[in-house]
Amino acid sequence: MRKILFVTTDQQRYDTLGCNGGTLARTPVVDALAAAGIRYERAIPQSVVCMPSRSTMLTGQYPSTHGVWMNGVPLPVDAPSVAADLHRAGYRTALIGKAHFEPFMDAFGRFTENLLARSGNETAQRPWADGTVGPHRGFDHLEFATHGAAGMLHYARWLGANHPEAVGMFYAAIDAGWNVSALGGGDTDAPQVTANPIPRDWYHTDWVADRTIAWLDGLDATDDWFCWMSFPDPHHPWDPPESEMHRILWKDTPLPAGYPTTAAERERILDDKPRHWRMWYDGDLVSNYEAPKHWVPATMTADQVREVNARNAVECELIDEALGRVLRAIDTRGWTDDVDIVFTTDHGELQGDFGLLFKGPYHTDSLMRLPLIWRPAPSAHIAPAVVTTPVGLVELAPTFCAIAGVDAPDYLQATALPIDDQDATDRDKERVLTEWDSELWGVGVHLRTITRNGWVCTTYRPGFVHNGNEGELYDLGADPLQHDNRWNDPAVAALQSDLVADLWDHQPQAHTPRLDVEAPV
Amino acid sequence: MASVRRQVIINRTADDVYAVIGDPVTIADWFPGMVNATVDGTTRIITTESGLPMAEEIVTNDAIQRRFQYRLAPGFIQDHLGTIDVFDLGDGRSLVAYSTDCEPAALALMIGGATGNALKELKRQLEEDQQPRR
Repeated sequence: MRKILFVTTDQQRYDTLGCNGGTLARTPVVDALAAAGIRYERAIPQSVVCMPSRSTMLTGQYPSTHGVWMNGVPLPVDAPSVAADLHRAGYRTALIGKAHFEPFMDAFGRFTENLLARSGNETAQRPWADGTVGPHRGFDHLEFATHGAAGMLHYARWLGANHPEAVGMFYAAIDAGWNVSALGGGDTDAPQVTANPIPRDWYHTDWVADRTIAWLDGLDATDDWFCWMSFPDPHHPWDPPESEMHRILWKDTPLPAGYPTTAAERERILDDKPRHWRMWYDGDLVSNYEAPKHWVPATMTADQVREVNARNAVECELIDEALGRVLRAIDTRGWTDDVDIVFTTDHGELQGDFGLLFKGPYHTDSLMRLPLIWRPAPSAHIAPAVVTTPVGLVELAPTFCAIAGVDAPDYLQATALPIDDQDATDRDKERVLTEWDSELWGVGVHLRTITRNGWVCTTYRPGFVHNGNEGELYDLGADPLQHDNRWNDPAVAALQSDLVADLWDHQPQAHTPRLDVEAPV
Repeated sequence: MASVRRQVIINRTADDVYAVIGDPVTIADWFPGMVNATVDGTTRIITTESGLPMAEEIVTNDAIQRRFQYRLAPGFIQDHLGTIDVFDLGDGRSLVAYSTDCEPAALALMIGGATGNALKELKRQLEEDQQPRR
């Protein structure tokens, strides 16, 4: 059988890879996988924040259906899991790195993924969706990391036990008020930036690769395996090892194409969108926990955008090199011909686009156009291709089932990724849906988006600052930066109506009852 | 100060439910994530599953109104008030509301999440145990 290495990063933009036209970070390992495999030019998440998006990868369901409608809502322990189906089929299964199906903030120690790190157990016996009791979410080996050394996860414990002097080197992502910190650092005082003196091989990117290699080394040569290797970077805080910052000097880093260089231009573009965009920019509304509560995007300087992009690119290079080490370890075991490699991320990052950073209810390419590479096992003889048809992360779980030869479980809400555009056409793949729901201290924001035929169309449900009539409509071909909102353009009114009708005709089934938010993140 | 409220309907009388709520040392029996509780006068010390001890001041234990209130001692929490109200629905059932008012706001979500889970466990235990509590 074919083995599966599923590689995810966190909050990585499409344009950070060389194979996607990126020029800042050098990513030869992923570029080579793309050249030998299938590169998707429009891979779209079903949510643009971590917990809902990662839950979609695992369950093959939309956020409305698996129930994780915003960060802080734990995925039920007995939710469907493709890892459980692969485990049942005889696969050895591991998740190493960032999981985030359950909240990190957990003073009461209620969540399995936090408790496992404390107990030192590889997994725990938990109920599966079909009532079977098996390893937690189907993984028989779990080792967790997140963006620094705080908290109770495996990486934090390892660093604290082996290199305690390094624990305080990371940026403190949460401030004294338990909000995402706005504290500036680095050379430009950019938020969520600090110079981190940690030696490179103690950093979480290399730790994730090291632990993955260790797990693979423990397998028998004949084992079939599914390994989800999940890097926490290049998500903020942007604090890669300072020893690596010589690679990309921020002063030489060009401003991203999506960054309007004058305040007047930024404000003109934002004013053409539903008003929460401009309200956040001006510091009048923070609708989601993921954005620093005390940071005002309008204060961001061009140099801060350069420094964030440079640090982000260094983090992408470290991921690429770590992946290269894992691929060499796989090759050493003689497995390469039978290993499928899928590389993607959970959502994007604004990274200066529109004068904004981080993420939130903003359904444009910054957050929605993702890197996705599938290098099929060479033994499968699938021809390299570039797929331009929109695809969703909801298609990952069915792809893993197809690779493994496992019958598609009934819970899946999509079919496997197309291997080329003709395959997409043959299987009527034409639309991808994305959702946003957040409710924080009385501020509710609700978006539903469809990407189809070169357009992306977002509707708004009534919320704190929306009356339900707002929308966004962008021509992805003519307006790749989504600066021109065509929602109210009579010339495309018929198209807008068709997209909205299509969007509502294909809404996924809602999880009932709605699950509670149990932590900020 | 942020405010989070969770509630549950329990198929037991309000007196039955308050017999548990109003006995502060029993909280570790029905609050998942809490492994121990000791009470000395109006001070309760609880210990969480993650090993975190927290001191609380019991400010209200009113069996007539069926209201229990406590404050987590200041520390990483600046201000807190937990309120459990038990309402008699008049048909042998009761409505239990568990409110968390807290600063920093983010912690209200975390504590509120735990209280919601605790109410589910309290309901499960009380509905499985149909014996009068007193």
